[in-house]
Amino acid sequence: MAKPGLRERADDKTFRLFVLGFGLVAVALCAALAAELAWGSKLAWAKFGPAFFWSSRWNPVEEQFGALPFIYGTLVSSLLALLLSAPLGLGAAVFLAEIAPKRLAAALCFLIEILAAIPSVIIGMMGIFVLVPAVRWFEPFLIKYFGFLPLFAGTPYGVGMLSAGLILSVMMLPYITSISRELLLAVPQQMKEGMLALGSTRWEMLRKVSLPYARSGIIGAVFLALGRALGETMAVTMVIGNTPKISASLLDPAYTMSAVIANELAEATSDIYVHSLIAIALALFLITLVVNAGARLMVYRLSDGGGPQ
Amino acid sequence: MSADNFHRRKRLNNAVTLITGACAAVCVAVLLGILGYIAYKGIASVNWQFMTKLPRPVGQTGGGIANAIIGSLKIVGLASLVGVPAGVLGAVYLSEYGTKKTAFWIRYCADILNGMPSIVIGVFVYTVMVLPMKRFSALSGSAALAIIMIPVVLRNCEEFIKLVPVSVREAALALGVPRWKVVLRVVLPAASRGILTGSVLALSRIAGETAPLLFTAFGNRFWDNGFLHPIATLPLMIYTYAVSPYEDWHNQAWAAALILLAIVLAANVTARLALRKT
Amino acid sequence: MEIMDTPEETVIEIRGLCAGYGCGDSIRNVHIPLRKNRITAIIGPSGCGKSTLIRCVNRMHEECKSATVRGEVLLAGRNILDMDPVLLRRRVGMVFQRPNPFPSMSIHGNVAAGPVLNGMKKGAALDEIVETSLRQAALWDEVKDKLRQSAANLSGGQQQRLCIARALAVDPQVLLLDEPCSALDPIATARIEELLLELKNRLTIAIVTHNMQQAARVSDYTAFMLLGDLVEFGPTDMIFTNPSDSRTQDYITGRFG
Repeated sequence: MAKPGLRERADDKTFRLFVLGFGLVAVALCAALAAELAWGSKLAWAKFGPAFFWSSRWNPVEEQFGALPFIYGTLVSSLLALLLSAPLGLGAAVFLAEIAPKRLAAALCFLIEILAAIPSVIIGMMGIFVLVPAVRWFEPFLIKYFGFLPLFAGTPYGVGMLSAGLILSVMMLPYITSISRELLLAVPQQMKEGMLALGSTRWEMLRKVSLPYARSGIIGAVFLALGRALGETMAVTMVIGNTPKISASLLDPAYTMSAVIANELAEATSDIYVHSLIAIALALFLITLVVNAGARLMVYRLSDGGGPQ
Repeated sequence: MSADNFHRRKRLNNAVTLITGACAAVCVAVLLGILGYIAYKGIASVNWQFMTKLPRPVGQTGGGIANAIIGSLKIVGLASLVGVPAGVLGAVYLSEYGTKKTAFWIRYCADILNGMPSIVIGVFVYTVMVLPMKRFSALSGSAALAIIMIPVVLRNCEEFIKLVPVSVREAALALGVPRWKVVLRVVLPAASRGILTGSVLALSRIAGETAPLLFTAFGNRFWDNGFLHPIATLPLMIYTYAVSPYEDWHNQAWAAALILLAIVLAANVTARLALRKT
Repeated sequence: MEIMDTPEETVIEIRGLCAGYGCGDSIRNVHIPLRKNRITAIIGPSGCGKSTLIRCVNRMHEECKSATVRGEVLLAGRNILDMDPVLLRRRVGMVFQRPNPFPSMSIHGNVAAGPVLNGMKKGAALDEIVETSLRQAALWDEVKDKLRQSAANLSGGQQQRLCIARALAVDPQVLLLDEPCSALDPIATARIEELLLELKNRLTIAIVTHNMQQAARVSDYTAFMLLGDLVEFGPTDMIFTNPSDSRTQDYITGRFG
């Protein structure tokens, strides 16, 4: 079939290609990022191979590098933060979406979104000067009453995995809360009304209708927040104690992937040292890529009106 | 249904209200606690001298953060000079021509970049700019911030440009105006408020970024000169001072944090409020 | 379809036009002439393709991605499908169903938009075009004191006349109106109808309308379409008093009760 109208004017075509070029910047950056990190870490892969991931030796003097303590620190601190912030954020989201009066909810949401805008270095300062002393103060209680668990054994340093988890949970809260709230608000009104009309209480409506409907999206929101936590650098660096050791205790200092890059890249002297740090950056890139891709899939599926599966 | 059952259900419902309300209260309390504490600690050290003087040599008390304020303005300004136009023009592609596969990949990559830890972007700039140039520089700091900014502006502005009704585009096309001119002269001005909001939100995000600057802009205790040398910025300065062992530096860090927070939140809140009115 | 012999000059000749979206044609093999200084109304029930037809005449139809067109639309003897759509639209203007002033521009800016976007500089000449166009659109007296205000503050009828003025400012030979009154109240509709009767002295006009009374009141020629086919075309009084096709008869009498 003839499509004469789809013949584009020369100036329009130039413009389209021009803006396309700017759009492709994002694609190019992504590709360049992956390629450059892979290339920039090649010495580490050549020397240590996949053992890089499960070796826990990090010794710049002997030029022995293994990423396990950092991977462990990143995963554990983020998961700890997740455990703390997911129930809290979800509870707040339920309150803001279903229970609070509209104007109060709008005001509170505004405030909670502001929390997300606070630069992480400032959260980190709060961590150093407020959170860490507080944690140091109550850690003896943990040790006294729960010290029989390996999780809470050790010395009350203040800095360490627990502080990192707490500070990360503060940073994850606004993401979980605001995305979950939007998803709960997107539950079709008829479904909610149908349940309420049966004589159910608001909580029963939430449990039977809203939460199941928004479930996959909320899991996605939690994963998006997790993605943030995994890559969070400054606040964690300031409170985790920066010690490349794997310890069962949450009270002990630890180290994360982003923190080791932040602390050591500018001062790394030998090529293999720099390459090892870049290898950690590449691993961080891949981990957040996987977490984000999964999370977005779940959030998108719901916002496209897919409903619960 | 027995009355007993009803009361039990009612009580459960009230308990949930209470618990979720408490969760929301905790979230807000954390925020207010942070804001209040920073205001309380910072206000004592903020004064004219602090904002207009250079840092004193290590070991001496006093001095200011003028170089960090100017430095932040410089690198954030340069980053947005690149990041905003690039992001907006990319958004034009997505909103005006963005139904094809190419657009899907652009959105996908922008989302990946958006979720990328900023330190990874810092590492990237370190390997492509700092190592080859053999120097830390304001330019590389700006580059890192621009890379963080582009996908944010891109995705924000796409939504706002899409909000311009088709009828407006049709009206302009029917006047015998080429499509590119319609987009630049009619559609973008109609979306200008949203574009501004999207850009300011992106700006407020990069203004507080620290991690990607650690090994790009690096920091500097003196006036920087030009864009090819290390440069002081507020977030870096806060970091350095906060993790130092000196009481005086801690006080300065609080004051600098207050200034940074005021700038970031002012931009963020203004942008959100402006959007709410439309 | 036989086209009647008339002494009037034909500005646009639609010949064997088929158009649609995607795979199907929503109009098939349509022949209609638009005569100089006359108003041609295109009527028919919704979905009959009348909007598609009129949108083909200045090639707005093709702005839709899946649009397809075949056949000929001759403007002064040349097929517009071979012309540059941008240049064509400067000669064939269009007014849409809903008033669509540019939200970010003033009243003056809206009327001046066409000339300015096509390269004209600000100045006395431009102001004159704005004034003339607004006068032709019978809007000048109502807005002359607030030319710099936003067009969003005008009433719906004023906005639609502003859109007509905006189309006129480009100085087109032909003006296409796609149900221009469907969003307006009866009084505003009457003003637009009066306006069209004045404008036809300068222009060739085609108007799509779902309102038969409007077609009967303003047009000189009427085309009746049904399900993508042109059923009948002829002088308005003929169509409305003595249609030759029974389907036209049914439609007209059905509507008039």
